[in-house]
Amino acid sequence: MKYSERVMDLYVNPRNIGSLDEDDNDVGTSIVGAPSCGDVIKFQIRVDGEGRISEAKFKTFGCGAAIASSALITDWVQGKTLEDAKHIKNREVAEYLSLPPVKAHCSVLAEEAVNKAIENYLEKKGSRNG
Amino acid sequence: MQNAVYMDYQATTPCDPRVLAAMIPYFCEEFGNSGSSSHVMGERASEAVEKARAQVAALIKCHSAEIIFTSGATESNNLALLGAARFYRERGNRIIISSLEHKCVLEAANSLKREGFEVVILPVQENGVLDPAVLRESINEKTILVSIMAVNNEIGVIQPVAEIGAICRGRGVLFHSDAAQAVGKIDVDAASMDLMSISGHKIYGPKGIGALFVRMNPRVRLTPLLYGGGQERGFRSGTIPTPLCVGLGEACELSQREMVAESLKLTEFKNYFIRKIFDNLERVQLNGDQELRIPGCLNFSFEGVEGEGIMLGMRDICVSSGSACTSASLEPSYVLKALSVREDLAHSSLRIGFGRFTTFEEIEYASSRIIEVVKRLREMSPIW
Repeated sequence: MKYSERVMDLYVNPRNIGSLDEDDNDVGTSIVGAPSCGDVIKFQIRVDGEGRISEAKFKTFGCGAAIASSALITDWVQGKTLEDAKHIKNREVAEYLSLPPVKAHCSVLAEEAVNKAIENYLEKKGSRNG
Repeated sequence: MQNAVYMDYQATTPCDPRVLAAMIPYFCEEFGNSGSSSHVMGERASEAVEKARAQVAALIKCHSAEIIFTSGATESNNLALLGAARFYRERGNRIIISSLEHKCVLEAANSLKREGFEVVILPVQENGVLDPAVLRESINEKTILVSIMAVNNEIGVIQPVAEIGAICRGRGVLFHSDAAQAVGKIDVDAASMDLMSISGHKIYGPKGIGALFVRMNPRVRLTPLLYGGGQERGFRSGTIPTPLCVGLGEACELSQREMVAESLKLTEFKNYFIRKIFDNLERVQLNGDQELRIPGCLNFSFEGVEGEGIMLGMRDICVSSGSACTSASLEPSYVLKALSVREDLAHSSLRIGFGRFTTFEEIEYASSRIIEVVKRLREMSPIW
């Protein structure tokens, strides 16, 4: 697979690898994909008092495109409000990274990871408030 | 290391310089058509082609006249399956193959289904070896052809072709073997077979040439795929590519002469490679039987990391993977699936192939790089 320089850069020097404490109240976690399908992204965000994402971490099992897509979204969501983060679309990820069509599903997973982590955070918050 | 380290010898091999040297004169100087028997240029080309035929025949222990030159193993396999099935269709319509066959056998068999043949795909055991008892049971009175590869291209596992051939002969069924990955690497004897496919570029010969062994006694017949001037006993019309035939012949002779020494060297490399991987990484499995395999092909699954991800981390090392991400179909390797390898482990697989020109330094370097990249990717894997 011939990847773009951006994919290679994110693959070779991925930022934000790691985990946040899932039990922290201000952390939202998502795990998308499946080992049997060849890609799994674990994506986590920490949300500050003003509803902005202050930190994002990822761990990925997958090909270069999956690793680069997940690394990219950890960069993109930081400093964004939850509402803005929800607007990150898989197509933007795929375009930014010049992913070949066969790798489009990696960017779909990345979008799903962001949305599910936000949902998880909101659910936690909702259950605390309720 | 500046240049790429080539560890994909099952995909293709470099042409041996001695093979190339033997071929060169037949491009510009001895360019005659071996079919032009009435002049000296044609005669000399014909002599070269017949010498090559004898070299191929010697490697698999058959008569020269039983060797048909083709464009490669894909054509040989197609000619064997389609040719035999179509010729013998009056006798029956059942064809038996294994689930590990190369795509060109699987797809040729598939096309026979559309012609009304019944194709039985036999499962293999978890070690990748076909249980001859399973084959014995699947042969019935309608069976006309069995096709089982001698060595698998993804996992390097060797099939008991002599035993399989004996079963087929006992039942009066033709036996074809795709031996593209076997000849020149292990002893392959045509005695137990009726048809056998050979490839040039898998044994340090040129691409674009292969051969099909077609037994003469008892005589095996085939309906040709190509019609024309009737070359190659009418089985394969088309002008014979003299330089390519000379290259295949030379490649066969060299492999025959050097097989024992080469196999010893590769076995040492293999043992070293396996030991080093297992000593440095946990939760790795070597796919396929641990003993019944050619030494130059290793297929590992590295739990927790994805094959293409590993390859991307070591772009200077040419290997291949059974991961879906390296295929256009997005399906993981059907061969590993046939061995009941867990799906995530199929995605985590790497095939490492080495051969004649591999050096110990390359083995050392490639194994170290793999260990390093797998460790790095495991640190960032959510399933590790």
